[in-house]
Amino acid sequence: MDLLNMKNITVSYGKNALPSVENFNLDMKEGQIVSIVGESGSGKTTVIRSVLGLLPGNGRVEQGDILFRGNSLLNLNKEQWKELRGSEISMIFQDSGAMINPIRRIGDQFVEYIRTHQKMPKKEAWAKAADMLTRMNLPHSDNIMKSYPFQLSGGMRQRVGIAMAMTFQPKLLLADEPTSALDVTTQAQIVRQFMELREQYGTSMIIVTHNIGVAAYMADQLLVMKNGKIVDAGTRDSVIKHPASDYTKNLLAAVPELEGKRYV
Amino acid sequence: MQKKQNIFMKNKMFTIYLILAVGIILIAVFAPQIATHDPSEALLTNALKSPSREHLFGTDKLGRDMFSRVIYGTRASLPAAFALVGIIFAVGSLLGIIAGYFGGWIDSVLMRLADMMVAFPGMVLAIAVAGILGASISNAVIAIALVSWTKYARMARSLVLKMKGDDYVEAARVTGSTNPHILFRYMLPSVIPTLIVTASTDIGGMMLELAGLSFLGFGARPPIPEWGLMLSEGRSYMQNAPWVMIFPGLAILIVVAVFNLLGDSLRDVLDPRCDD
Amino acid sequence: MSDKIILKAEHITKKFPASEGRTLIACNDINLAVYQGKTLGIVGESGCGKSTFVKMIVNALKPTEGKMIYEGQDITKLKGEKLRRMRPEIQMVFQDPGTAFHPKMKVMDIVTEPLMNFGLIKRSQKEDKARELLRLVELPEDYIYRFPHSMSGGQRQRVGIARALALEPKIIVCDEATSALDVSVQDRIIELLVRLQREKGISYVFICHDVALVQSLAHQVAVMYLGNVVEVLPGSEVGTNARHPYTQALLGAIFSTKMDFTKKNESIESEAPSSLNTPPGCPFQNRCSQCREICKKERPILKKISEGHEAACHMLQGV
Repeated sequence: MDLLNMKNITVSYGKNALPSVENFNLDMKEGQIVSIVGESGSGKTTVIRSVLGLLPGNGRVEQGDILFRGNSLLNLNKEQWKELRGSEISMIFQDSGAMINPIRRIGDQFVEYIRTHQKMPKKEAWAKAADMLTRMNLPHSDNIMKSYPFQLSGGMRQRVGIAMAMTFQPKLLLADEPTSALDVTTQAQIVRQFMELREQYGTSMIIVTHNIGVAAYMADQLLVMKNGKIVDAGTRDSVIKHPASDYTKNLLAAVPELEGKRYV
Repeated sequence: MQKKQNIFMKNKMFTIYLILAVGIILIAVFAPQIATHDPSEALLTNALKSPSREHLFGTDKLGRDMFSRVIYGTRASLPAAFALVGIIFAVGSLLGIIAGYFGGWIDSVLMRLADMMVAFPGMVLAIAVAGILGASISNAVIAIALVSWTKYARMARSLVLKMKGDDYVEAARVTGSTNPHILFRYMLPSVIPTLIVTASTDIGGMMLELAGLSFLGFGARPPIPEWGLMLSEGRSYMQNAPWVMIFPGLAILIVVAVFNLLGDSLRDVLDPRCDD
Repeated sequence: MSDKIILKAEHITKKFPASEGRTLIACNDINLAVYQGKTLGIVGESGCGKSTFVKMIVNALKPTEGKMIYEGQDITKLKGEKLRRMRPEIQMVFQDPGTAFHPKMKVMDIVTEPLMNFGLIKRSQKEDKARELLRLVELPEDYIYRFPHSMSGGQRQRVGIARALALEPKIIVCDEATSALDVSVQDRIIELLVRLQREKGISYVFICHDVALVQSLAHQVAVMYLGNVVEVLPGSEVGTNARHPYTQALLGAIFSTKMDFTKKNESIESEAPSSLNTPPGCPFQNRCSQCREICKKERPILKKISEGHEAACHMLQGV
């Protein structure tokens, strides 16, 4: 059975608005990494938000179905979502610092997060959190647990975000521009972290990014989106080497490369 | 014109309060036409008459017509309150913008001065100043202005400080804009809307303070028909002639309420978040 | 085009006082030259001091020490009206085209404001001049009546470029001018900048965090790390000839669609220390695989490696 099937999904915000995502299809197997590339306004973020039922405002899946291990995600109630989010499917944002409360210590928030999903004593939750941070290559995890978000660098905050998302070893990890706010060397470290996660836990991932290089490096399947529609889809090599659409061709040509186009 | 109409249609409450406020101003302008008697015509035989068809609001201890005095009271209170708010608005925002934009010693001097002003209880300082200058409406305005400009200065300064580091202000400097140009073209237009809202909500409050000073004997002098003064004059007759206090009191209440509500609804109109 | 130096930074150092009596050294003894009609690219990660450095070029900040020589005079010493008179020579394009304009000004007023500031045109000439500037940056002429917020990011950045061009400057500083844009838009903006450079002989100082982009458009690239310039080399040699370990780390962190995807990405671990407590010696010591005793004691200075190529590393032999 596939892990996730998105069948002919159409999403729009408001009744008369043009659809943000149109006829989106995706089948992914367990352990796969899918990258969705697109420029701003292409609908790539809407796609992964619809998987987790987190469409902002009056966004709605108008058409199609989303199946997670064969079960539809479109008509879940609050309780069912609570069971699913965090433990089966979890999400990482562009800046994890923005989703953690700036005036509370990392540790307190992490412990609270664990205890909302699973009943356990505080001490045990603390140990689990510290263990997760260590696994995400954050040494001195106890120090980090006692820090406030602003005391950490962007890369460290992103690792904290990944640690929280991975706590219950979800089957599917959704990442929305997870490296876009980071410096290039830090970006490379975080990408490596994602690849290690898959090796160690077999986690499947959908990575949404505008950086086609990062997308290609990570992807088993690569999707290129434009104006809410998929314009190219397939394995990494087929899309990069033999893009079907002119849009993808132009995109690939526009990416600055060391051995690529020189302007002067 | 089309746009103006939309503003009034979209903000019904604002329109209503604006009409009321204009009405009050018109009362002041046409006081001689509205008043039934000369407000300073004293007829001791008529003293402390209760409201009747001849004297709508009754008469005071000197037999002057209360209705006419309350109507004429708008002429004493409104110009004073407007002048007061105008002065503190202009002086406060100008000093605040200068302090915020130039920083350094100018900022330190101006802000320490402002600190000194707020270190005293406002009314007490105003009483002291009015006491030194002598009692009159214009001195009361000066006294209250001296202690109230700091609010505008602080507000303007913090708005300017926030803007000073913005890209577009830096861009203006890089493209060779002079300081006056940046101050008037960039800082002033961004600061004014917020301050205008504050000023319009302040009109009511300032009117109260002026009435308060007059009530205490540091503002208007008899025989000027000023509401605070009328309250003060009438307070010993409250038991047997309550109308001498009720009507000036009501006048203050209504006018202050109208201008406060006008200020509040103006905030909704000018709120940039509602701007589309 | 000549090899004439138009702007020279000499021993520029900028320190900021920080809490608890510490100092933040944003720029440490920087020596760089901008050549006429050429692009100097400055690449580095956040906090490396590149933005602070260009703020000193446009005189938005004064250096703690050092000189910025433009046409024989130290422009950092200028003040008041003299400083304002010099401003037309060096203009700037900002990173975020969403915040770089007065929200209540129309495009026409924005692009002609610099000219009005110096009384170079009359009010009646504004419209013609604005149209001319928009033509120059390939925007439809009737956009002069628009507000920037009703335009796309790329269009706004063109307005930003038009404003910078208005005074016909010798140098334009671009602070991450394309980072907020999509790659296809970025490509077209760079094309525009390069065309303008060819036509008008403008020099650019182009700040960027993307080493792949900066090498593709800069004649000369300076790599900054923790307030220091660690390597300067021709843009065309960045991909092949970079010698400093940090430059190599930056190059190793690039994800390219042309890379060998089966190979592991080689990038360095750990992060840069805070510029509040820079270690003595080489700024890169704690992340460098070749770190020796001398690197912890002595700060390496830029040495000439070959023609137009300098690097600051103890492990490299100068010529």
